[in-house]
Amino acid sequence: MLGFVNILLGGIAYGFVLFLMAGGLSITLGLMGFANMAHAALAMVGGYTAALLIGKAGWPFLAAVVMAGLTAALTGAILERTLFRRLYQASELEQVLLTIGVVYAAIAAATYLVGPEQMAIAVPAWLDGNLRIGPVDLNRYRLFLIVTGLVLLVSLVGLIEHTTFGAKIRAAVFNRRMTASCGIDVDKLYALAFALGSALAGIGGALSVKLLGLDPNFPIKFLTELLIVVSVGGLGSLRGTFLAAMLFGIIDVVGKYLLPEIGAFIIYATALALLTVRPQGLVGRPR
Amino acid sequence: MSDITLDLARIMVVNRARWTTIEVAFWIAAAAGYFLFPAKLVLLTQMLIGGLFAMSLDLLLGYGGIASFGHAAFFGLGAYAAGLLAAHGWGEPLSGVLFGGLAAGGLGLAFSSVIAKVRGAAVLMVTLCIGLLLFEAASRMPWLTGGDTGLQGIDMWPLLGLFEFDLFGRTAFWYAYAVAFLLYLAARRYIHSPEGLALKGIRENHDRVPMLGVSTARRKMIAFTISATIAGMAGALLAQTTQIVALETLSFERSVAALIMLTVGGLGTLIGGFIGAATFIWARDVLSALNPVYWMFWLGLILIALMLTARGGLVGALTLLTNYLARERHPR
Amino acid sequence: MIARIVIVAAAMFAACISARADDRPLKIGWLMSYTGPGAAAGAASDAAIEVFFKTFGKSVAGRKIEIIRRDTTGPAPDVARRLAQELIVGEKVDFLAGMDYTPNTMAVAPLSTSAKVPLLIVNSATSGILAKHPFAVRFGFTTTEMAQQLATYASKQQFKSVYTFVHEYEPGLDAEAMFIREFKAAGGAIAGSVRAPLKATDFSAYIQRIKDANPDAVFVFMAAGELPPIFLRQFKEAGLDPAKIIGIGDITDESSLPAAGDAALGVVTAFHYTQTHESVANSEFARTYKSIAPDRPLNFMPVVAYDVLKAIYQVVEAQKGELNPDRTMELLKQTKFESPRGPISIDPATRDIVQTVYFRKVEKRDGQIVNVEFASTPDVKDPGSAR
Repeated sequence: MLGFVNILLGGIAYGFVLFLMAGGLSITLGLMGFANMAHAALAMVGGYTAALLIGKAGWPFLAAVVMAGLTAALTGAILERTLFRRLYQASELEQVLLTIGVVYAAIAAATYLVGPEQMAIAVPAWLDGNLRIGPVDLNRYRLFLIVTGLVLLVSLVGLIEHTTFGAKIRAAVFNRRMTASCGIDVDKLYALAFALGSALAGIGGALSVKLLGLDPNFPIKFLTELLIVVSVGGLGSLRGTFLAAMLFGIIDVVGKYLLPEIGAFIIYATALALLTVRPQGLVGRPR
Repeated sequence: MSDITLDLARIMVVNRARWTTIEVAFWIAAAAGYFLFPAKLVLLTQMLIGGLFAMSLDLLLGYGGIASFGHAAFFGLGAYAAGLLAAHGWGEPLSGVLFGGLAAGGLGLAFSSVIAKVRGAAVLMVTLCIGLLLFEAASRMPWLTGGDTGLQGIDMWPLLGLFEFDLFGRTAFWYAYAVAFLLYLAARRYIHSPEGLALKGIRENHDRVPMLGVSTARRKMIAFTISATIAGMAGALLAQTTQIVALETLSFERSVAALIMLTVGGLGTLIGGFIGAATFIWARDVLSALNPVYWMFWLGLILIALMLTARGGLVGALTLLTNYLARERHPR
Repeated sequence: MIARIVIVAAAMFAACISARADDRPLKIGWLMSYTGPGAAAGAASDAAIEVFFKTFGKSVAGRKIEIIRRDTTGPAPDVARRLAQELIVGEKVDFLAGMDYTPNTMAVAPLSTSAKVPLLIVNSATSGILAKHPFAVRFGFTTTEMAQQLATYASKQQFKSVYTFVHEYEPGLDAEAMFIREFKAAGGAIAGSVRAPLKATDFSAYIQRIKDANPDAVFVFMAAGELPPIFLRQFKEAGLDPAKIIGIGDITDESSLPAAGDAALGVVTAFHYTQTHESVANSEFARTYKSIAPDRPLNFMPVVAYDVLKAIYQVVEAQKGELNPDRTMELLKQTKFESPRGPISIDPATRDIVQTVYFRKVEKRDGQIVNVEFASTPDVKDPGSAR
């Protein structure tokens, strides 16, 4: 029984890692409708920024994570202004291929700049080790991830659903020309939204290094999982992304625990079944 | 309908089905490659196989407007089916290809009703899940597929009982060439048949086609099954000519590579898949030989540049060129 | 006048001969993963090539050494096979060498056999791959020999029950079978076994199973690379003691050990090379390596790659540059020298490596996390597969 509680906690923690990484994608792919395969590459930028700042420059952990978000936001904004912007009106396929090109280049660039070896990240003492509550062992770092994930979820849902910024983005996605004719600078709006998505990618990347590791292959390794989480949740819905991430984390870990021979087969089968029954996603509206 | 309109319609269809310069040039160039690059036969063979795979995707995407993120599922299934057949004592190549096609086509048929139901980005995700599902299944059944080690022990009998598969890849090249060419002819026929025209109609205007009394779901299911069958045959060819099947044949990366090849070559042209595959595989080979460590960087840059400039793909650019030359020759 | 003509002619003749030697470089096809999950191995092997050139020069027996590097992109047997075929048919290489993942090696070995091109394997640890391929030689290690050593160690430590955790592919299955057979034969009990696919990045489910079984020790084999540090960190996070882990050295290999950090302290492994191994050959190698690749961690990969190149150098020199594949194999079977890892030789019967296996414990020394040798077994041969 105790083992099962631990497994459930492990699943929830893994779900939060997925959410932290997929939250930004939920904005760029889900909300803005841009098929952004380079999302995990931006997460990698954040991961390397944090790991190098802590390891080589001796920055404190939290400052490095914030900086990781800023660096990824800047990188994302530059990419958006120079490349992605040109393909907003193009087909999904062309967006996919353009961003895959960015992924290839990013992998090679990371190999060149930091080397192909595994990158370590040092976390401060207050995040290391376990917290014992009754009979349950809780890892401090995982608790920290859960708290951060909840904070991000609440503030993002607030931002997208209850501020004019969020309303403007949703309006621009729904009808770009109409929104522009209302006097809203759609170009700037898109750039800002993309930078926000990238910042989240960077923070997610920085926070997940300790659990998932970091090497130049990162942008490909987690891409498919993130795509599934966002689309199963429902394009354009952060709550959906969160739900899907939780579902995935728990099913994956529990499935591997009970039936290690079958492994990840269970989550893909679940995803396929869910997408077949609800193509619009768990929370999304039919389009 | 009067005879004249029928005749007109027939002439239009015949005209449309006429071979273009690019198509003829490609198949001649591919054959010439055998004599020009005798040391690169394996690469040439893999270009043809990649081309066939990309062409199968073109039937879906270029003609049916159905994008797929998991087409490697069918390619890999065909490869494993043909590989398993040969590893278990039946090494006859042609029946192996048919078997691979049959297996993949069967799976395609099974999933086609799901595909026909969903539209837009959800298609990408459903196909992605199908791909991942098959990858995971193959990876979790090492007793059957060899798992991460790959399927070993594929022993091919001589082609038609006459030609041994040799170290230089001569037999393999002509074998792949012949199969790819025959399937290309078949795909051409399909595209120019009423079936194929209806499929194009669905791509152009999904909601109006049913008003003509054509079932979109049925057309899509047929297209999906045919596409899966051809992808499976391409996979079977790869299994037979390399005599090994790796999990990589089912991977997301291979699905994406097919999308890249197709877009580079040109969507909705059939031959574009082959030209794109040849270009992509050649570029990858040259770049990775020049620099085995950082070649992906240049590949990425080329891809970015292509997406920003040449959206019609290579066939689009070549068609413009040949049209221009033709006009030069026959000034109006 | 005539004398002059004779001299000029002789000079031209000599020039022709030397030009011929230059025309006939010694070509080594070098297959490694330079991109993908195993890219660190490719980078390390490149540094080893530089060390080799610096130590032995760029030619042997009058033939210029040309190493043609090709990227196998990770465990991708079809890619490896195509590249090997092109190297044999197109480049007409004298040797094939490198090889990291077992699947790639199994794909390439049949070509080496039919083309009679010697294949020198750096690191594919599955036991059975040499038997059917008379032109293949292994310089790395097998997981079976390490598992056998660890089973003996475990029973000496009086462990009653051991859980096994391996990566689910050939070398892992080999390791699992051998450990279970040997440990049971020595009177131990297996508390349970679980296997993870190479793609898994979250191990909490497997670790919980281990925790449920509460064994005295856990036998671990994972492919070297990015995953072992993640496993070790999650193992410790789950409240388990890393000192309970006995494993094959890939899990604490020096290129990923810093990423594992404190979570690796106390782990005991068996392996063929340790960075801190004390010998003249090792410190010389380490010095040259550091001068070439100061930032690159020194682990077993460049050491074995260097040994492979040294063996090639020796057999070419012994044949004075005129190579005959059968003679080359005869000579390769007599290989015996002091490597940075210790004394090594090739078993003429199996063409497999004979070497010392070291038991090491992960410790903190001067702030660095390192493997420290505490015992060794000399002249270990591959015991063959237990499956």
